[in-house]
Amino acid sequence: MLLITCPHCGPRAELEFSYGGEAHIARPIDPTGLDDEAWATFLYKRSNPKGVHAERWRHLHGCGRFFNVLRDTISDTIVTTYPAGQPRPALPSDGKENAR
Amino acid sequence: MPDLAIRENSLGRLASAARTIPAAMLTVLPDAAKLLFRGRPSSIDAAGKAFGIALPMEACRFATSGNRTAYWLGPDEWLLQAVGEDSAALFAGLAAALAGHSQSLVDVSHRSDAFALSGPQAAYILNHGCPLDLSLQTFPVGMCTRTIFGKATIMLSRPAPEVFHIDAWRSFAPYVWQLLDEARSELA
Ligand SMILES: [Zn+2]
Repeated sequence: MLLITCPHCGPRAELEFSYGGEAHIARPIDPTGLDDEAWATFLYKRSNPKGVHAERWRHLHGCGRFFNVLRDTISDTIVTTYPAGQPRPALPSDGKENAR
Repeated sequence: MPDLAIRENSLGRLASAARTIPAAMLTVLPDAAKLLFRGRPSSIDAAGKAFGIALPMEACRFATSGNRTAYWLGPDEWLLQAVGEDSAALFAGLAAALAGHSQSLVDVSHRSDAFALSGPQAAYILNHGCPLDLSLQTFPVGMCTRTIFGKATIMLSRPAPEVFHIDAWRSFAPYVWQLLDEARSELA
């Protein structure tokens, strides 16, 4: 089981949380102005990286808030967590090849 | 507004048949008026003044004064509880004080029932279905949180070192009570 640090409540067991998909995907302000390709990209296309992934989690059985997690999809290691609305934090390994 | 007189505590029958196990006692807590308050930062002071308790700003903490307790549930969410009070009157007073503020106030008095688990083995019994570290260092007196017990969401608080209060939605409360009762059988 993962130990996930809610930015508000601190470290809690994984079963208090629910997963919310990739983070930092902004809903288009005017969906009717998009062509099908752009709309499909917003709806379905995700980065699916092998490595560090920014994703949304919700502390469902806790404070109830959504927040963001950087998780390594290879090792399942949680690198960091941060409140919703904050930009993705830079990591020391950013830009390096085979970064973890 | 439902008639309080016909409201039956969901734990009443279980409580009357509860075994006396001093290491881990199960006791129903009296009915209370419960209001769920959510608001913008500018409304928090007004809510605290109207309720009579400054709302705790530290995460997972509660503050008590007399029969009233304010529980931090989220960064913009508190449960305001008043044991033995009429929820309609409490609601009206707070709603008047909060008029003009960006906030929401919901009467959830009938949604949940509460009971206490107390005794030297209370934390041990609670950990049968709750994954939290309940040591006094990480879950001190004065702490409260929503969490999981078995398959139910509960609100857990610790008013004294060996006393836990468990607030569970009505349809889940007997399930939580009975699981705890089964867990404490080994201490009987
Ligand atoms: Zn939380």
